[in-house]
Amino acid sequence: MTEFLTAAVGFILAMLALGLLSILRGPGDADRVMAVQLIGTGGIATLLLLGTVASIPAAIDVALTLALLATFASIAFVKKGLSRFEADGTASMEEK
Amino acid sequence: MSVATAFEIVLAAVVLGLGTWTIVVRETFSATVGFVAYGLLVALIWVRLDAVDVALTEAAIGGGLGGVLLLGAAARLWDADLMAMEAPGEVARASAAALSVLTAAALAGAVLLLPDPAPTLAPAAVANAWATSLSNPVTNVLMAFRAMDTMLEKVVLLLAIIGVWSLAPDSAWGGRPGPRHQADPRGVLAFLARLLPPVGIVVGIYILWTGADHPGGAFQGGAIVASMWLLAIMAGLADTPPVSRRSVRFILAAGPGLFLVVGLAGLLFGAAFLSYPPAQAKPLILGIEVAMTLTIAATLGLLLAGAPERSAEP
Amino acid sequence: MSLVRDMMTIAAVSAGAFFFLAGTVGLLRFPDTLTRLHALTKADNLGLGLVVLGLLPQAGGLRDGLKLVSIWLLGLLAGATVSQLIARTAHHGSTR
Repeated sequence: MTEFLTAAVGFILAMLALGLLSILRGPGDADRVMAVQLIGTGGIATLLLLGTVASIPAAIDVALTLALLATFASIAFVKKGLSRFEADGTASMEEK
Repeated sequence: MSVATAFEIVLAAVVLGLGTWTIVVRETFSATVGFVAYGLLVALIWVRLDAVDVALTEAAIGGGLGGVLLLGAAARLWDADLMAMEAPGEVARASAAALSVLTAAALAGAVLLLPDPAPTLAPAAVANAWATSLSNPVTNVLMAFRAMDTMLEKVVLLLAIIGVWSLAPDSAWGGRPGPRHQADPRGVLAFLARLLPPVGIVVGIYILWTGADHPGGAFQGGAIVASMWLLAIMAGLADTPPVSRRSVRFILAAGPGLFLVVGLAGLLFGAAFLSYPPAQAKPLILGIEVAMTLTIAATLGLLLAGAPERSAEP
Repeated sequence: MSLVRDMMTIAAVSAGAFFFLAGTVGLLRFPDTLTRLHALTKADNLGLGLVVLGLLPQAGGLRDGLKLVSIWLLGLLAGATVSQLIARTAHHGSTR
């Protein structure tokens, strides 16, 4: 079980690396923001598996924190970063 | 090669690759994204090294708040002329590279050349947990054995926010930081900003509370609450408060202030500055941590909001 | 009972890892931002959900189990919102 879960951790991490590779090379800024989302979700999965493998129950708390903060970071990047095409930077990303 | 080692090699390779990419890439936006991703992955490393308190802080600060802070800084540098004029020369870049390599080598040498077993005060910290009846040794060190350092760190945060506020232009002195954000009140962002902050605040309070016996604490909890507050501001559901408002300043000073009061009480009624009587240690520490969480949440939120840009409305 | 639990964990985590793989393949192969976004969010949320499902039998108690499920729900919420925002911005970008 432990071996299997560790292998799963390594596998998901490798998938994360591959996904990162493609996203960070991606042509647009939107692709870069997707990298934050990918790391957030993949990192959470890895953390949960790692916590079970290494018997660290508090890893779930880290995963919880990661979930909230990665969301916040992604939204901040979409709002601040991708709006730089607008001159004043206060434009909303959403149309009414 | 065991499965665990292979996984660690993959993790280290990904982190190193991401770090290198962050340094090499040209656009600051991409570098900031790389920095956030890097922070999130380093949190994984901390968990692997069994340092969960550090992992919590890394996820909160390195992953979320630090990256957004850098993004705000990068946004202010988007003036192309400004960048061209102030781009560092070859000598500056070479010396920066040399200094970084030297620091990294020194750190690596210090870690790799440690005697085995490494000298550590961890057993002493664990052995003295009776003094506070908290079982998380990290919290014990932060709040009891080295409480002075923690208190002074909070004062440093206060100085940082004063420094940021002093960058306000005269017309906006004492006003509201940052622009007024707008978002469709029936849109996705407003929906998330209504749903997530209550959950986030509960999680933040939980992390604060569980720091007594399990990994957690005031700083991580405060950082989570700060990010939820900033989320509400970004969605236009709340506005940044004017920095001249008295309640804002009171909250900012409450953490270090309470710390100082308890410390002086220890001096007057107890053995030394910041000494706690073992019977009241836990409630005292908890009270200080609650005040600190409020202060940290407010400080981090205001730090990311930036210097005042709009004058306070009457 | 323990055997059934372990079998369920292995099955669910394997399925979750497969979805991470599918999502990463999609990221590498799909032609433009919006399709890559689709691959990213759908597969990652499913991947995370299956990993959480697989770790539930190994969880240390009711509280840990509830934390796991809430992490997944947070991930769903965040993924849905952020992908909407990214998609809208990418769409604006491509029609500029």
